[in-house]
Amino acid sequence: MIKKSVYLDNAATTYVAGEVLQAMLPYFTTEFGNASSVHSFGRSAEKALATAREQIAKTINARPEEIYFTSGATESNNWILRSAIQNHPSKRIIISATEHPSILDTCDMLAKQGYKIDYVKVDRDGVINVADLISKLARPAAIVSIMTANNEVGTIQYLNTIANLCHERGVLFHTDATQAISRVFIDVNEMKIDALSMSAHKIYGPKGIGALYIKSGVKVNKFIRGGHQERNLRAGTVNVPGVVGFGVAAAIAMRDSTINNSRIKSLRDYMINQIETRIPDVHLNGHRHQRLANNVNFSFRGVEGESLLTLLDFAGIAASTGSACTSATLGRSHVLTAMGVMDELINGSIRFSLGRATTKADIDYVVGELEKSVKKLRSISAI
Amino acid sequence: MYNEKVLKIFENPKNAGLLKGANGVGKVGNMQCGDVMKVYVLVEHDKIKDAKFKTFGCVSAIASSDVACEMIKGKHLDDALKVTNKDVMEALGGLPPQKVHCSVLAQEAIEAAITDYKKSTEKKKK
Repeated sequence: MIKKSVYLDNAATTYVAGEVLQAMLPYFTTEFGNASSVHSFGRSAEKALATAREQIAKTINARPEEIYFTSGATESNNWILRSAIQNHPSKRIIISATEHPSILDTCDMLAKQGYKIDYVKVDRDGVINVADLISKLARPAAIVSIMTANNEVGTIQYLNTIANLCHERGVLFHTDATQAISRVFIDVNEMKIDALSMSAHKIYGPKGIGALYIKSGVKVNKFIRGGHQERNLRAGTVNVPGVVGFGVAAAIAMRDSTINNSRIKSLRDYMINQIETRIPDVHLNGHRHQRLANNVNFSFRGVEGESLLTLLDFAGIAASTGSACTSATLGRSHVLTAMGVMDELINGSIRFSLGRATTKADIDYVVGELEKSVKKLRSISAI
Repeated sequence: MYNEKVLKIFENPKNAGLLKGANGVGKVGNMQCGDVMKVYVLVEHDKIKDAKFKTFGCVSAIASSDVACEMIKGKHLDDALKVTNKDVMEALGGLPPQKVHCSVLAQEAIEAAITDYKKSTEKKKK
């Protein structure tokens, strides 16, 4: 018997789509040139970068020259925050407490260097408290960074409003759109977004490649030294196969976004409904409607997350507690803590993130196993 | 992260659940740290006749609870109190460094259960 396996951890990473891999392969073998070389091999690679830059720019309606390739959104987040604070007389950064660790850790480091970090409050659903943001914007700040959609609970922010508030006050606005690309409508011009981070491996592209969008005219500092790549700002031979894969992944994600999102969203709602109907005493984390089409995050009272995750793993089901970046450590979810979720519910949260390959049969299987596992753990729970 | 032994014990713990007629119970841990462990003991003539646990916690907390119960069964109270977190770790074939506290919790739960038994019997004597 083939062991059943269901992957519901697409917010951690996705597989590389077949079309993406096919597009990448020649750039490992025949088209292996360094994009900085003057000869035909180099020119071929350079041309490929230009195409990809255009494909990626289109996902957010930016111009290709506003896209800088990085190793991923984590690097992009590090880059923009460090650069913004160095280029502004204000020593203040405004973020939310529910940001990705790459934002939080960078801010912790900057705080140790004497910069001031202000955290905007979020409500129980993880939505930014706009009144609190307005009051925090009363004093000068170098940058505001708020993620487009949360990686753990899937809550989508009212980006338009937030970006506008920053723009009106002349404060640089950055958003980490890693989870949101192709899942949430983003137009950096219309929405007045100054900088944006993204990664390829959340949209069926390869790992280790991402981008930072920086609006033309926004001053940004050199992040890596030692070469003229990426307009002299980010040195190092560009990962051409990665960039090509990123470009194709972005193009496919945009081409199919409507059909994928509506199908995945209906599966998401089916899963939420099934869990709430079949398992007592559950708590949906994050906003019920203003949420990523692929995110389901529940707490099961009396059940600890890692134990539940392990029982599901025995049944061939891949999910996650908190985010993949925090689950290896003992830290509690900083997102649920900021949302004011009760301790016993924080410890029992599980994220299921659906993807292109997810079927209704998968959801039925997962909910069945979930029901059994929760029952088993509750029967031996001390609370 | 965990070895096969820990996973096996977690999957099929022998001593999980309520213990009928238990005359000592120890509860340790709290929700902030993410683990709550309860160990029940049935003591007769200063010997632990049976032990069971109920635990809210991670894989290693559940596995630690189970081996702790297994180890004290049949032991004289004085000997049961000699069971340390190292013994629990050994019985599990080791735990990841960040999970060692689960074995400490198991040791504390045994101590708490025995203390509870002693207190309640003293009360009865009075």
